[in-house]
Amino acid sequence: MTIEHIAKIIFGRLTLESFPIHEPILLGTFAVVALGGLGVVGAITKFKLWGWLWREWFTTVDHKKIGIMYIILGTIMLLRGFADALMMRAQQAIAFGNEGYLPAHHFDQVFTAHGTIMIFFVAIPLVSGIINFVMPLQIGARDVAFPYLNSLSFWLTAAGAALVMASLFIGEFSTAGWLNYVPVSNLQNSPGVGPDYYLWALQIAGVGTSLSAINMVTTIIKMRAPGMTMMKMPVFCWTALCSQVLAVAIFPILTAAFAMLMLDRYLGFNFFTNDLGGNPMMYWNLVWIWGHPEVYVLILPVFGIYSEVTSTFTGKRLFGYSSMVYATVVITILSYLVWLHHFFTMGSGASVNSFFGIATMVISIPTGAKIFNWLFTMYRGSIRFDLPMMWVVAFMLTFVVGGMTGVLLAVPPADFVLHNSLFLVAHFHNVIIGGVVFGLFAGIEYWFPKAFGFKLNEFWGKVHFWGWVIGYWVAWTPIYIVGLMGTTRRMRYLEDPTLQPYFVIAAIGAVIILIGIIGFLIGFVVSIRDREKLKVGNDPWDGRTLEWSTTSPPPAYNFAFTPVVHDLDAWYDMKCRGYERPSGGFKPIHMPRNTGAGVILSGLAAVLGFAMIWYMWWLAALAFLGLLVVAIGHTFNYDRDYYIPAEEVERIEAGHRPPPPPEPRPDHGPALEPAGAK
Amino acid sequence: MSASDHPVDHDVHSHGDTHGHGTMRSYVVGFLLSAVLTAIPFWLVMTGALQPGATAALVIGLAIAQILVHTVCFLHVNTSSEGGWTLVAYVFTGVIVFITIAGSVWIMYHLNTNMMPGMPTGQVSGTP
Repeated sequence: MTIEHIAKIIFGRLTLESFPIHEPILLGTFAVVALGGLGVVGAITKFKLWGWLWREWFTTVDHKKIGIMYIILGTIMLLRGFADALMMRAQQAIAFGNEGYLPAHHFDQVFTAHGTIMIFFVAIPLVSGIINFVMPLQIGARDVAFPYLNSLSFWLTAAGAALVMASLFIGEFSTAGWLNYVPVSNLQNSPGVGPDYYLWALQIAGVGTSLSAINMVTTIIKMRAPGMTMMKMPVFCWTALCSQVLAVAIFPILTAAFAMLMLDRYLGFNFFTNDLGGNPMMYWNLVWIWGHPEVYVLILPVFGIYSEVTSTFTGKRLFGYSSMVYATVVITILSYLVWLHHFFTMGSGASVNSFFGIATMVISIPTGAKIFNWLFTMYRGSIRFDLPMMWVVAFMLTFVVGGMTGVLLAVPPADFVLHNSLFLVAHFHNVIIGGVVFGLFAGIEYWFPKAFGFKLNEFWGKVHFWGWVIGYWVAWTPIYIVGLMGTTRRMRYLEDPTLQPYFVIAAIGAVIILIGIIGFLIGFVVSIRDREKLKVGNDPWDGRTLEWSTTSPPPAYNFAFTPVVHDLDAWYDMKCRGYERPSGGFKPIHMPRNTGAGVILSGLAAVLGFAMIWYMWWLAALAFLGLLVVAIGHTFNYDRDYYIPAEEVERIEAGHRPPPPPEPRPDHGPALEPAGAK
Repeated sequence: MSASDHPVDHDVHSHGDTHGHGTMRSYVVGFLLSAVLTAIPFWLVMTGALQPGATAALVIGLAIAQILVHTVCFLHVNTSSEGGWTLVAYVFTGVIVFITIAGSVWIMYHLNTNMMPGMPTGQVSGTP
């Protein structure tokens, strides 16, 4: 047995050539990331924070901390995904009459990684994070239904993200587009590790997303405060419920499709090949049965955020609450009936295309109803243009355009012209940035004071806001135009020099968005530095839902006494009745105990994925065995809960009394006086 | 440490468990119905009493009937358990599974008809 044989047994496909030492761009990136990472690790070690991180954050089962960690994960991955976006915009801006600076294989990885990261590791974690943080507070619960499962879900998502990041420096990523389309991702066309990185990262993260969705649905159905019937539930909770029900239903389909592709790639099956009865079209069909509802998994909770913000900042009850709920439920069902519009051109007959085209147009009706509900809520309200409300207005102006181009694309004959064009790319960036991303920023801006007890800096918030809004329009308007003229997507260079100005403008737009992102990050730093100056009370926005009734930041147990709900806007109702925080009669509170099982299982899952990607069978077997041992071992851990003694509850509650004086609000009545809902 | 050690608010943690665990009667009825619904298809197939097409249709029909029997008698899905949520979840799952399977079959049938190599370029349009 030679050295090569032994190395092959130990390292599988991994050789020295797997490390991209011959690619200067990647090498530079690696140097920066490695230095940054070493700096962070060094700082944590220097300030002796490892123990604190492990006890307070990594092993936590507190839904608020898990929500915050989801948002941190999403923000970090946003930087990676946006770096990919900048690389593509730079390549397309200069590659006229030359080949630009990115080799073809690298460019293909960049657009694949950009899409995959932005949806699976930015949008999903940010949405999950906000649902995690806000929803239990809004329904008056002390935690989610399955706190340990929540920790496991987060860490599995983080493990998937780690695998995607590893692909940057060890081996390569998929080149088959953000849904890893066959036949490009079939073994004979992509024999490398790229599609395997994609598949394992998404399978592991997908388990996390499914488990999290099950957890959220159970929490909403089983743990609402007494008196909160379904029709007295805040709109955000309704949208979270519908979104997570969708997620429970669709993620198994994606998992099954990916599992079949894995069988194709690892064991020589022929589900999606062109041989032996395999059918690549079936892969498209399955991933889009997941893919279209997934759009609504992301946007529905964000519609909920817009509803909460609009109602709070206009000082009025939401216009048409029940129509909002029914619109959400209708969207939930209809979102299952539109998936074929992603492949109208694949060869279905007129009857199939008409059915899915019409279903797609119909789904814009409940969405449009929501827009009118927000507008009517604002009508004659005393609108306060704080940053969350500014994001809502920017959303309405931006999203409506994306909605209309969507209806245009829903017409099958039009789609035959626009399919796979940059017009389509501009459309979905319009709805995802103008819809999902703006809403997530509104939500972060809105609930940040609840999470930390101080507001975000307003100046940098405005830099963030205007950078994104102006940058979005500058970046995507030219792409709409060239797309309408027929430019196709995923092009590394174009022959027609008259198109270059459009791509240069788009690149400038991307740089303006970069300013927005930098404003976002500086905003955090500056706000944390000035936290004493930015300190606010428990209810800084004059909120209407239960999360504003507890302290900022909320105690580990959320509510010393479970609130009793009498009205839709429960906290507003309590304020009208002159609610006072109870100061005595506390009881011990039953709480779940932290556990490291979620982190350890996810770490092992990441090792399993890595080993399978590189064909290190021994390591895969060990990691799988480790997963079983830890998972079974954890079932014997009976030390799962503890009680916070009544004295400590009293001490914590007293620490927050008397409440700080209400915010001065010259244009608005005192916090306890009803301002709207006439 | 058991919960009874502490005077805690049990109402918060009981989660309103209304999940039915079934009665002897429901299990016996379920068992008998399942046995009958299994025996009939066996008898149909082994004796060949009916035309093959009719046999297949009847077997599928009885299989669906048996799924419903299991659902009601063994899984205790009814309008009252968990405040109706199990029924809602069950019906929702049924709708989703139906849409996924029927939609995929419909789409793939069209693709198969229209996109096979060597076929004339005309497309199915009158088909369902």
